[in-house]
Amino acid sequence: MALLQIAEPGQSTVPHQRKFAVGIDLGTTNSLVATVRSGEALTLANEQGEHLLPSVVHYLANDKVIGRAAVEQASADPANTLSSVKRFMGRSATDIQARYPDLPYQFIANQNVASIQTAAGAINAIQVSADILTALKQRAETVLGDELTGAVVTVPAYFDDAQRQDTKDAAKLAGLNVLRLLNEPTAAAIAYGLESAQEGVIAVYDLGGGTFDISILRLSKGVFEVLATGGDSALGGDDFDHLLVEHIRGKVGLTDVLSPRLHRDLLNQAKKAKELLTDNAVTDVVIKDDQQQTQSCQVSREEFDGLIGGLIKQTLRACRRALKDAELDKTEVLKVVMVGGSTRVPAVRTQVGEFFGQTPLTSIDPDKVVAIGAAIQADILVGNKPDGEMLLLDVLPLSLGIETMGELVEKVIPRNTTIPVAKAQEFTTFKDGQTAMMIHVLQGERELVSDCRSLAKFELRGIPPMAAGAAHIRVTFQVDADGLLSVTAMEKSSGVQARVEVKPSYGLSDDQVANMLKASMQNASEDMQARMLKEQQVEVQRVNEALQAALAADAHLLDDSERAAVDNAIQAMLVAAENGDIDGIKSAIEDVDQQSQEFAQRRMNQSIRAALTGQQVKDI
Amino acid sequence: MAITVTEAAANRAKSFLVNRGKGLGLRLGVKTTGCSGLAYVLEFVDDLNDEDQVFENHGVKIIVDGKSLVYLDGTELDFAKEGLNEGFQFNNPNVNGECGCGESFNV
Repeated sequence: MALLQIAEPGQSTVPHQRKFAVGIDLGTTNSLVATVRSGEALTLANEQGEHLLPSVVHYLANDKVIGRAAVEQASADPANTLSSVKRFMGRSATDIQARYPDLPYQFIANQNVASIQTAAGAINAIQVSADILTALKQRAETVLGDELTGAVVTVPAYFDDAQRQDTKDAAKLAGLNVLRLLNEPTAAAIAYGLESAQEGVIAVYDLGGGTFDISILRLSKGVFEVLATGGDSALGGDDFDHLLVEHIRGKVGLTDVLSPRLHRDLLNQAKKAKELLTDNAVTDVVIKDDQQQTQSCQVSREEFDGLIGGLIKQTLRACRRALKDAELDKTEVLKVVMVGGSTRVPAVRTQVGEFFGQTPLTSIDPDKVVAIGAAIQADILVGNKPDGEMLLLDVLPLSLGIETMGELVEKVIPRNTTIPVAKAQEFTTFKDGQTAMMIHVLQGERELVSDCRSLAKFELRGIPPMAAGAAHIRVTFQVDADGLLSVTAMEKSSGVQARVEVKPSYGLSDDQVANMLKASMQNASEDMQARMLKEQQVEVQRVNEALQAALAADAHLLDDSERAAVDNAIQAMLVAAENGDIDGIKSAIEDVDQQSQEFAQRRMNQSIRAALTGQQVKDI
Repeated sequence: MAITVTEAAANRAKSFLVNRGKGLGLRLGVKTTGCSGLAYVLEFVDDLNDEDQVFENHGVKIIVDGKSLVYLDGTELDFAKEGLNEGFQFNNPNVNGECGCGESFNV
């Protein structure tokens, strides 16, 4: 009997070494980089003092321009100026063109990854994102005066695996060590320190320049779970500007078709007016029309509020839908976090406040809040915080395992394990000469395959033929910080391997998880019985296989009556296995064992004789 | 359904917990693995899960999840020395067979 020691459930100690880590908000319109210095999280500015880096890259034959300078090229050279590529991440060219038919880009057909023809050659969204990330990385390294240890990059909560993978690839291409991807709403909540606050439901209202997202999160035990997301990918502050442009046109009487110059001018004036109306009740708008005549008018905040009222209502309808999806009432929302520059508009704040019945959190710059949250997370992940500081952990909601003989589930990683995690277990072959093995990845708490959720199946081929049970097949389960599971199976002697990647939490609701857990508790006894029966039945199969192989090889060692006795015992064992009585099967197996003992002995003698024949005693 | 602890095991567990400075007690459990079907789990406990059951014996809390309890009911946790080696032992009446290493068993 082995003597056991008590294992530690806790974490390993964190080295007390200062490391530079950043949080990056890779946005559709603008991107930001932030870091924690002297305990304070700040976004980093470039030499011009600008914090926001427009997510735009202008490609030239031998050069590229990133950010503000690229934006200025957008109208002159639209085909080579790539902007808002975040929308293209994880999408095929066909998909992109169907969604956005009016893009000025030339997509290259017949490619897996959507590539755009530019002066610098074929460029895909990952490369554009990598260029933006590289610019931010350089900015951070200039400001911090050292190389970065790692970065946390944010993604929208609704991003699927392909989109997340593309984001990760872009960061790798930029030479960043991605500590993890973090959901944007979660980052915003972290920036407000909500992860250490009261547990409950948090709504994150994110109204940017061109997109609107609402996310409903639940915080419990320091883990944020996305309950529902919603929004409108074509609604944002830009729409406010366009409405204001129309309003100003009407006021000053510009009824003709606008020249591009005048349109741009009007748009800039409208943007400025919108921003001024945040702190002022009235503002003046002055423009020069195409006849160089100066036109001016006054716009009040009241007028502006009237213009955008419909759009705000539209966002609130999305909020209502998201709450409905999460099966929550708005009174159950504990906190509301405001993200995105457009949430500076007073009317947005008041109406969101009225909708949720509470004052939303706005003290952190809504443009920077996501990057700041990411920086705080990065600082912790890289190990700069003393022990006991919060570490945002995710846990596996259900155990992960693989199918073994008899349709049983062998758990490799138990539920509630904090991620990232990697665990390996060894398995072996069941039959002589078996050269392939099916790896069936399952999720759930029950003992039988049929009661668990199937995640993936793949085959390990090219196992060298050996006796049953001789092969060592190492199956490694690895769940990264983003919840992506990769399963690798490797046969040790030959090194052949196969692997698969899946996202275990995909498409599982809370209720489903709860039900799966409840079922495993309620059925614990039955499951145990079923497992034992299956194990015995597999044992019967194994004994039968082994014995049949031996009988086929050395049938001459038994006379007819002896052979009949062994055959009868095998038959009885097979019948017992069918009957499903565990004790019956056990005694039948023992019976077979007894009946075949003589045979086994003779085989042993025979092989020893064969080995010894012609050998001198002194040689042995 | 119950789990018991011998006085020797309780004393050792208490001193380990004091040494560690925190912890509610010990977690006893099983997982389906190993060469002979099931393997024991023995860990410190910092947080209780919803499905946990707590037994107190000689001043030590033993925490077992509902599922493991099916396999462990009636188990006595003992502390034993074997030569220079010492450690905890599960005296589990449900056990039907053990593999050579004694870390796994079947019921």
